[in-house]
Amino acid sequence: MTTEPTAAELEDFRREVRAWLAQHAPKKPAWKLPDSFMEVGTQQQFEYLRDWQAKVYAAGYLGMTWPKEYGGGGKSSALQHIVSSEMARARVPFMVNVIGLSWAGPTILKLGSHEQKLRYVPKILSGEEIWCQGFSEPENGSDLANAQTTAVRDGDEYVLTGTKTWTSLGANAHHMILLARTDKTAPSKYQGLSFFLAPMRVPNVRTEPIRKMTGEHGFTETHFEGARVSRDCLLGQEGEGWMVALTTLAFERGAEGGQAGGLAMVPLRVEQIVEFAKTVELDGRPAIEDPLVRDQLVRFLIEERGLELSQRRARIASLVQPRPYAIPMMSKLIVTELRRRLCAFAVSLQGANANLYVGDPNGWSDGDYQRGYMNAFSATIGGGTSQIQANIIGERVLGLAKG
Amino acid sequence: MQLESQAARPEIVHTEEQALLLAGAQDLFSKRWDFAAVRRTMATSTGFDAALYREFAQLGWLGLALPATYGGSEMSVASLVNVMEPMGRALHASPLLGSTLAGQALLRAGTEAQKQAWLPRLVSGEAIATVAITEPSGSFDVSRIQATAVRQGANLALSGTKTFVLDAQGADAVLVAVRYEGTLALLLLTREQLAARATPEVLIDETRRSARVKLDGLLVPTSALLDGGDAEEALKHVERVAWLLLSAEMAGGAEGVFQLTLEYLKTRKQFGKLIGGYQALKHPMVDIMCAIESGRSLLYYAATVFDGDPAERDRALRMAKAQLGETFTHAADRSVQFHGAIGFTYECHAQLFFRRAQWLQYTFGDSVHHRKQLAAAMW
Repeated sequence: MTTEPTAAELEDFRREVRAWLAQHAPKKPAWKLPDSFMEVGTQQQFEYLRDWQAKVYAAGYLGMTWPKEYGGGGKSSALQHIVSSEMARARVPFMVNVIGLSWAGPTILKLGSHEQKLRYVPKILSGEEIWCQGFSEPENGSDLANAQTTAVRDGDEYVLTGTKTWTSLGANAHHMILLARTDKTAPSKYQGLSFFLAPMRVPNVRTEPIRKMTGEHGFTETHFEGARVSRDCLLGQEGEGWMVALTTLAFERGAEGGQAGGLAMVPLRVEQIVEFAKTVELDGRPAIEDPLVRDQLVRFLIEERGLELSQRRARIASLVQPRPYAIPMMSKLIVTELRRRLCAFAVSLQGANANLYVGDPNGWSDGDYQRGYMNAFSATIGGGTSQIQANIIGERVLGLAKG
Repeated sequence: MQLESQAARPEIVHTEEQALLLAGAQDLFSKRWDFAAVRRTMATSTGFDAALYREFAQLGWLGLALPATYGGSEMSVASLVNVMEPMGRALHASPLLGSTLAGQALLRAGTEAQKQAWLPRLVSGEAIATVAITEPSGSFDVSRIQATAVRQGANLALSGTKTFVLDAQGADAVLVAVRYEGTLALLLLTREQLAARATPEVLIDETRRSARVKLDGLLVPTSALLDGGDAEEALKHVERVAWLLLSAEMAGGAEGVFQLTLEYLKTRKQFGKLIGGYQALKHPMVDIMCAIESGRSLLYYAATVFDGDPAERDRALRMAKAQLGETFTHAADRSVQFHGAIGFTYECHAQLFFRRAQWLQYTFGDSVHHRKQLAAAMW
């Protein structure tokens, strides 16, 4: 166990991080940076972000709570929280290897063998090896457990066949966390699944870019056409894949802690929209003077603050009854939906100019909110749609019947 | 999925003492108060259970935030949240609210003689007191108060009308907000002085009692003035205490009605299925749950900063009242709807919460009012 730092130590550390960020934050490039890993569309963007992650890791500000023997810092989570909040404050870019840092890494640390941890975890942190996720398939999105990609055992190897889709970072990834069916005759769809740490850069794995609604490339369709992977790639036992996947999803949705830290995406603060409302004009006066705009902005501020305060309240046992898991379970749903609505609102402040998109020299804020609105769906759909989240919360937290 | 946390913002605090208070209150209401008690009590003329009120006194609840000199327990105003939230959840109503507000006004602005005459009796439950702030205009803005006191020799001549004076008929003392010599003042009027001046109001919340009080023609000695402190500041303090207590009551009420609905969705079957399995009902329930959780966080934070930085305190209080006002009214609105036809009956308990939610929303400022004030303070 690590000893918890004192309040004074935390304050010193905050100052240190703030100073480091002021000195080392990467220069804003001439081209547009993505707001999240789901929006990385060009090699130029990818390399810029990977270099930034390497720099943060080298400074000791990433994976601070992870075990030292696997490249982590072995320190208190309070320190990592400070780094993440200072990064948000400084509005620096996010950590590009977020699937490794926040989903795959914690899953490997929790369920992997010592060899697997040694093999994969340090390079997740340094960004030398990028990870993607192979859960969704063209015919199986929300119904994840129905995955049809097969893994057939052949000696010391498995042969993978099938198609995974919506693979963010698919074009850049070295490894994929992959859910495949090892037993088609299992009594339930859940029991026939296994979880693989599959290499992407081996023969018979092919990625095809998919264009998002914004027109940009953001993810790929990933075809496994008889790709052979080592038995060592299995995480957990054969047939335990669904249990492992649920662990990953708990990390992905923020319902469980243990992520390496750093920003997963550039946060959109209500304060930013407030500033925007001060600059945009509606009928000849700043939008912020309009009573309806003011009311909506206050509503957003209350929502945002309620969310932040809930994260803090979640740690106080006497104040979380009768639903101790409600807060971690609801955060993905609320955060992603709030972002979508914030973007839509920012677009609505622009009058007829709301129709100008990225690239038009006369648009407000270079069409960022128009594009941001579309990109916001990546998070309200990805990782389990808001509607699936509502089912999960309704059934697991509230105990309502399955539909 | 974490948002930037505000480093400067204090952490929510819930002391061990408060946790015990909360557990005690939850226990008391779960054992001693139910819907039958609510309906029985609301049919009485006083509208409260005097025996239970005496127990509140024994538990120290009537003087939680008052100094020991006057018999109080010397906890903070924030600690009252731990009593009010369970009370709201149980749909309980008593003079505790009015007496607490009156006690806070006395504490802030009363003379030593007034405090000694009244506070120990409020704490023991021997006397009850209340506040008279609202007026027929229905405005939530105390700067619009019209009731006036004019000096006439050793007396004050009063004019104007006060509305929504909680428990006015049973109150031994009423603290009345009036204009006096160019500022806002508080007067302590006794039961005798107000005799025959209170007309009961027909309230949407049948568990509450309040009256409209006519002040015209009333002559009282100047000693009725609270002049042991800044009365205008005391009045603002009373408003803030009310925002906090009503927010706590709304958080409890929202949870109470949410549980009522949940219970129904888990037992009622239609088309051979439990209706809670239908997403048209399940998903809005999840949205309500999220709003309750968020509202509670805003509430506990407002309690934490109640004695802190004034700007942050006011912002936190108004945010809590604004959010929980909409959350409770919406949770009650959906409870009626999701109960189907039975939800429309007087017999169904959903209406009790619905009416309570309406009353709380439009008492001491509704959501729109508080958002307007928040915006005005920021931009």
